[in-house]
Amino acid sequence: MRNIFTICGKELRSYFTSPIAYLLMALFGLIFGYFFYSATAYFVVAGLRAQMSGGGAQPMSINDYVIGPLMGNASVVGLFLIPLISMRLFSEEKRSGTIELLMTSPVNDWEIIIGKWLGAMSMYLCMLALSAINVALLFAWGKPDWRPILTGYLGLILQGGTVLAIGTFISSLTKNQIIAGAATFSICLLLWVLSWVSSYNDAPWAAAVAYCSILTHFEPLSKGIIDTKDLVFYGSAIFLGLFLTSRSLDSLRWRA
Amino acid sequence: MIKVEGLTKRYARNVAVKNISFEVGQGEIVGFLGKNGAGKTTTMRVLTCFLPPTEGKASVAGFDVLDQPLEVKKRIGYLPETPPLYPEMEVSSYLAFVSRLKGIPSAEILKRVDEVCDRTGIAGVKHTIMSKLSKGYRQRVGIAQAIIHNPPVLILDEPTSGLDPQQQREARQLIASLSGDHTIILSTHILSEVEQSCSKVIIINNGEIVVSDSVANLHSRRRATELVSIEISGASPQAVKQRLEQVPGVARVVSRDSRDGTPAFEVESMENYLVRPDLARAVVQAGWNLTEMRVVGESLEEIFLELTKSEEAAPIAAAAVAAEVKEGAVTTQ
Repeated sequence: MRNIFTICGKELRSYFTSPIAYLLMALFGLIFGYFFYSATAYFVVAGLRAQMSGGGAQPMSINDYVIGPLMGNASVVGLFLIPLISMRLFSEEKRSGTIELLMTSPVNDWEIIIGKWLGAMSMYLCMLALSAINVALLFAWGKPDWRPILTGYLGLILQGGTVLAIGTFISSLTKNQIIAGAATFSICLLLWVLSWVSSYNDAPWAAAVAYCSILTHFEPLSKGIIDTKDLVFYGSAIFLGLFLTSRSLDSLRWRA
Repeated sequence: MIKVEGLTKRYARNVAVKNISFEVGQGEIVGFLGKNGAGKTTTMRVLTCFLPPTEGKASVAGFDVLDQPLEVKKRIGYLPETPPLYPEMEVSSYLAFVSRLKGIPSAEILKRVDEVCDRTGIAGVKHTIMSKLSKGYRQRVGIAQAIIHNPPVLILDEPTSGLDPQQQREARQLIASLSGDHTIILSTHILSEVEQSCSKVIIINNGEIVVSDSVANLHSRRRATELVSIEISGASPQAVKQRLEQVPGVARVVSRDSRDGTPAFEVESMENYLVRPDLARAVVQAGWNLTEMRVVGESLEEIFLELTKSEEAAPIAAAAVAAEVKEGAVTTQ
């Protein structure tokens, strides 16, 4: 346990002693802020229009109009930025030779892997925490339902964890950070759009392919629905990513 | 302390280490000597559990590297060829990180960091970011991280490579100062280093051990005759040569070119004769000035080159000569 925290702490610190952390947080804050502004501005205009047309039968829900789409947008932004978090995890150590220090220290491989993944997760959480400022504004001037917001964040965290686990694995395959980042991004983009298959095909295989999409499992969460099958999907995807990383680390020893 | 039996390490395309065996006792300093690519680093990586052996066994302090790697890793301090430093970290926080990795209790970490900083002479750069350190300091930080948990065994892969002569000497002194409490294996291709700091030498060539012996024994392996280089001023070369040839035990005197025109000679003794005292006496009695006298061809260098001369060496040398000739031909055209 101590080893995991040691490595996790070191990872998190190395994000913050380099410009990476600040750059990522600034970019995320900027993009999320823009999305937030657009969504609320649209909500306000649409709300006024509904009032003027005299109906007002149904009050518009800020959760449906602002928070739902925002969570979706945040997950897209995450897809772009998360590979930048994970790409250096192992590739940097392999390039600089510090992997020798880790692997000759009295630490198990899985402790290294989980420590690094948790460090990257903490970095992602710091980034995500910035968006809470915007959400807090909604609470200051409106009465949104907090439950879908929480599940939305849960979805973002799980999805981020999955992408990071895949990124950790890919980063352990190469010495080159650019390759790791680009490959992670491509694979995650592909996993993302797999859900499209089900829109034009309803064969069983298409359903299976769509099931593998990270988007399929994010949507219910962003709407406030917690379904065990989504949690299981993310949990097993994270496990698979980290398991493959441990195989890859082990193969470093055997291949050389 | 360290025991290697029949160790073989095969990579996908080549065999790095072939069936080597050796033992290192407690407190010994062993020099691992060999040309680049001879298999030094591979052997060290097996001992540190970084690479598993293909065949054979290796154990450190009684723990097998395959069966109980964690126990082995706890007892080893390892300095890889390039010191494993994180460029963005400060020296002190790096050392604290390594201490935690090595399992030092939190309460002792600060104390240990201070201790190794003093011992390796890096206290002055404790709060410097490592990307700004000079090569010499990096190497010291590398040694500091290797000894921070006070391991019984130290494995240092080319601890002095890339350092300037002053730094090399400091690094050697540092290693010598560690020798009391630690069993040390260090690899190098600098022979004088082994002569100065090691008690035992293992010469490895093409993945095989050629010699495993104490430094003293290695020296006595050299031929029994003595080769002395001598420089004399204040006399004609012919006269000196004649006089030297009369010294008892001298087998041969050869004139040699000297830098500034002082007569210089190489004197070879007969077997089992020590001719230096008599040579000196002869020169002084004749009223000449003895400006230099030293023994040549006694270093490990020659022994090393002799022993690692492989069968392929001849064709390679021939090829090199051929290439040179070709190059010469091109340039003369």
